[in-house]
This record gives sequence, structure tokens and C-alpha cells, in this order.
Amino acid sequence: MSMQKELWKGNEAIAEAAIRAGCQAYFGYPITPQNEIPEYMSRRMPQAGGVFVQAESEIAAINMVYGASAVGVRAMTSSSSPGISLKQEGISYLVGANLPAVIVNMMRGGPGLGTIQPGQADYFQATRSPGHGDGHMIVLAPASIQEAVDLMWDAFALADQYLTPVMVLADGMIGQMMEPISWKRDQPLPEVDKPWAADGRDGDGKTHFVTSLRLKSADNERFVQDLAQRYRQIQENEVRYEATDCENAEIIIAAFGTTARIASTAVRQLRADGVKAGLFRPITVWPYPDQALRQLVLQDSVKAVLTVEMNLGQMHEDVRLAVRGDKPTPFYGRTGGMVPEPRDIARAAQEALQEVSE
Amino acid sequence: MTREVLIAGFGGQGVLAMGRTLTEAGLKEGYNVTWVPSYGPEMRGGTANCSVVISTEPIGSPVVAQPTELIAMNGPSLARFEPLVDAGGLVLVNSSQVENPACRADVRCYLVPCMEEAGKLGNFKVANMIMLGAYIQATNALKLDTLKEMLATVFTGPKAHLVALNIKALEVGASYVKEG
Repeated sequence: MSMQKELWKGNEAIAEAAIRAGCQAYFGYPITPQNEIPEYMSRRMPQAGGVFVQAESEIAAINMVYGASAVGVRAMTSSSSPGISLKQEGISYLVGANLPAVIVNMMRGGPGLGTIQPGQADYFQATRSPGHGDGHMIVLAPASIQEAVDLMWDAFALADQYLTPVMVLADGMIGQMMEPISWKRDQPLPEVDKPWAADGRDGDGKTHFVTSLRLKSADNERFVQDLAQRYRQIQENEVRYEATDCENAEIIIAAFGTTARIASTAVRQLRADGVKAGLFRPITVWPYPDQALRQLVLQDSVKAVLTVEMNLGQMHEDVRLAVRGDKPTPFYGRTGGMVPEPRDIARAAQEALQEVSE
Repeated sequence: MTREVLIAGFGGQGVLAMGRTLTEAGLKEGYNVTWVPSYGPEMRGGTANCSVVISTEPIGSPVVAQPTELIAMNGPSLARFEPLVDAGGLVLVNSSQVENPACRADVRCYLVPCMEEAGKLGNFKVANMIMLGAYIQATNALKLDTLKEMLATVFTGPKAHLVALNIKALEVGASYVKEG
């Protein structure tokens, strides 16, 4: 285990972390701002004894992931917002076939082709429904390169444990920036027994058939109810968040990913100005840490919860669902590829406090 | 201590590499560091800039909106970013690439003719290292020795002869601050 700090670019660190965690196959298609992931994979994956394929499209790449996963291989893909839209059908199929997979989304400003600058406007897409049908995936939102690296192990482990696609939801900032990291977890994940994998009958005489097609509606309903049961387990066991300075805070800022780290500077500025501000940062945005947030918000000291995002207010909906109208829930956001500055967030917090005191 | 450095110029001047070298040196000295390159359409139009943060505190925003220090490698970068610099901040100008270089009255300003000096050293590629030497001398943000040690690990084998050249470049840049 090497704890020495090394300077890594986000995209490359994520690719290296995937390989070290035990990813055996990567399928992708280029799009800014995540191009260093396939570029790095193309060089390193063959060295690591894995498979790298630059597919002919995002749709092809996600279906290659389906194929690899169906035969028991740990597989991943990555893209950025427009490319993730293309992958949605395949993600729904992964859900429908109980297949583990990891998908990295380095979000950029949308809609459409939008810009190549950082964005967080795919929150609804990631957390509400990864494709058509009654499905979810676990969505992990790192706020630093170190966290993104560490979460790659968790992403593959959770995918295998719950037989579900897992998305690492970051943005162009995390992908493009460089930051020191240490390789805290240097061992690959243990191999997982996958008796369902379509890897040949292997003498057991049973046909292994991996599909998302269940033509009998009653069968399909049973499948979806099984999924729902698993989702309840995930909601009970896998919620992750970080609450900083939230005890006795007068205002809590809720933010995820890059915006959360920018908000952490705003919190320091506010505290220096005598405002008791705290930061609530979900690490899993699905399942959302709604109970933890609600508990903190219900403290007598808390006058408002300010949601800050690089979109028009998407996680804001989860915050409002958690708060259920018990406290004011103002919103501040930049969108379309614009990144908020700490002073803008601090100002929005001051204004929110002013408004509730009037 | 938090230094928010904006380094800007056009493609090919080693702007991003200068930032990375500074970031790596900051890490070596035990600071928290971040480096963010411009990767947008502006980069494709031929300009390049990067934000470097060096801090004793955990770094929140890696984006430098109000630099404490600006390194402008050409005229357009000086015109665009100098108004953003903190009052009392530092501005370093590559005077080889700026016509009639002049700075705001409320910043500390040094003019460094990076291209002329690089030419004298026989290699225009070290213009960025000349500027980096000036930056280190003007800020004492990091030790010049840290950079010199790094150079010895970056340039090895057939490139080993570049160590001395780059060290010389750092020293030439530093001398412009001493005299300034």
C-alpha cells in the first residue's frame, strides 16, 4: 500500500483506479471532457491484461458492457452528458437483466450538445430513472479526485453485490483538474462467484440465459418487485453523505460534487463573517440521504437550507422532499457550463438568511 | 496561506506545463495543490490558461476567479486577466510579447523579457521556466531548490543535458525580480 501523494489528473486517476479495483474490460467512445479516460485505458488496459475497445458509438459501448457483464466480466464505460443519453437504453437493459456494470459520467453543460464545460444537469437523468422502466442505479458523486479514486472500488463492489449498474456522477472539473491523491486501496476486489453468468454450461447442464425480456407480465411484475426489494435494501444500507459544521448551524448549504467543494470555501468565508453555515454533501445521490438531511435541518438553530447546483434546481427536489416544507429551501444555481464562485454562494446564503429574518 | 495563481498565454508557450511544474513543486513541499487547465473552445482558438491553487488549507474551489498572482505570457492575457487580480496582488508580464507593457498601479508588477532571455540561452522553449524563476523569486511561495531537484528527475537519460539549461533559465528569471 502506497500512501505517498501523487499528482493525478481526474480522468486518468479514475481510469487507473478502475483497473486497480479489478475492472477487466472497458468500452467507450470519445467525448470531451472525459477523453483522457478512454485514452488512458487504451494504453493501460492491455498492460493490465484487460480488454479495451473503442466502440463505434456510445450505444455500441454500453451494449458491449452488457455482453461482457453477462459472461461474468467486470466491465465499465464512461462518457459525458450527451453520450450518457445515448447509453440510457443500454443502462435500462442492464437493470432489466440484473447485470453489474460501472458507468462514469463526466457531466458537461446541456441540454443538447451544450458546452464542454462542467455541469450537473444530468442529476434527474441519473437519479430518477437511468432509462425507461421501473429502474434505479446507485449513483456516487465524488467531490475530489481522491474520493473519485476511492469510490471506483465501491462502485464495482456495489455493482457486484446488488447486481445493478452503478454510476459515478462527476463533472468536467473533476475530470480535467489535477490534485494529489494517495492509493489508499491498492488491492483488486476479490473475484465474485457469478453462477448466473452466460459463460458456458460448465457441466452443470443448465442454460444460463441473461435477458431483460419477460413476456409474461406477471413474471415481469415479480421481477420488478424483486428489484424494488433490492432498492429498499440499498436505501437502508448504502446511503452516504458528509455533514460539515452542520451542528447548530443557522444555514445549511446542500451541494454535491464539484459544487460542494466550492461551497466549502463559501462556508469558510461565511463562518469568518460570523455566519454559522454548514455544508451537507450527499455522496450517494441515489439513494439520497434524506433522513440524515432532515434530522440536521430540523435542529432549532437552522433557519434555511440553501441548495446549490450547476443546474436549474434538480437535487433541490430531493432536498425539498427531505425537508417537507418544515424549513425554507431556497436555491442558487449556475447552469449551461458556468461554475459558481464561492463569493456568489456566500452571497446567496446571506440573502437567504435575510429573507427568512424579514 | 492560500495562493491563487492564474497563468495565461497562447498555445505553445508552455503555460499548462508551467502550471503543472508549479503544482508538483507545491505538492513536494507539502502544500495542498490543485491545477485546472482551460479546456474549452478558447483553447482550440489558440489561447491557454490554467488555475493553480497552493494552500496550507484544504482547497475548496480549484477555479481561480480573483487571482492573487497573475502570470501573463502575452498581451491579450494581460488585458483580459489583470483587472481580476486582487489589489496588492502580483502581476508578472512576459514583456517580450506585450507592446508597451504597463500594469495597474495597485499591484506589484515585474516585466520579464522571457523570449529574449530564452533566445540568449539558445532555446525558446525555456521561456516558461524563466518566468517560473521570476515567480518563485517574487513570491517566495516555494523554494527554487525544490524546482531544481524536480528538474533532475524530469530530464533523464538523453535529456539529462536539459537540467542545467532549465536551472539556468530559472536563475535568469529570478534575476529580473532581484533587479526590479
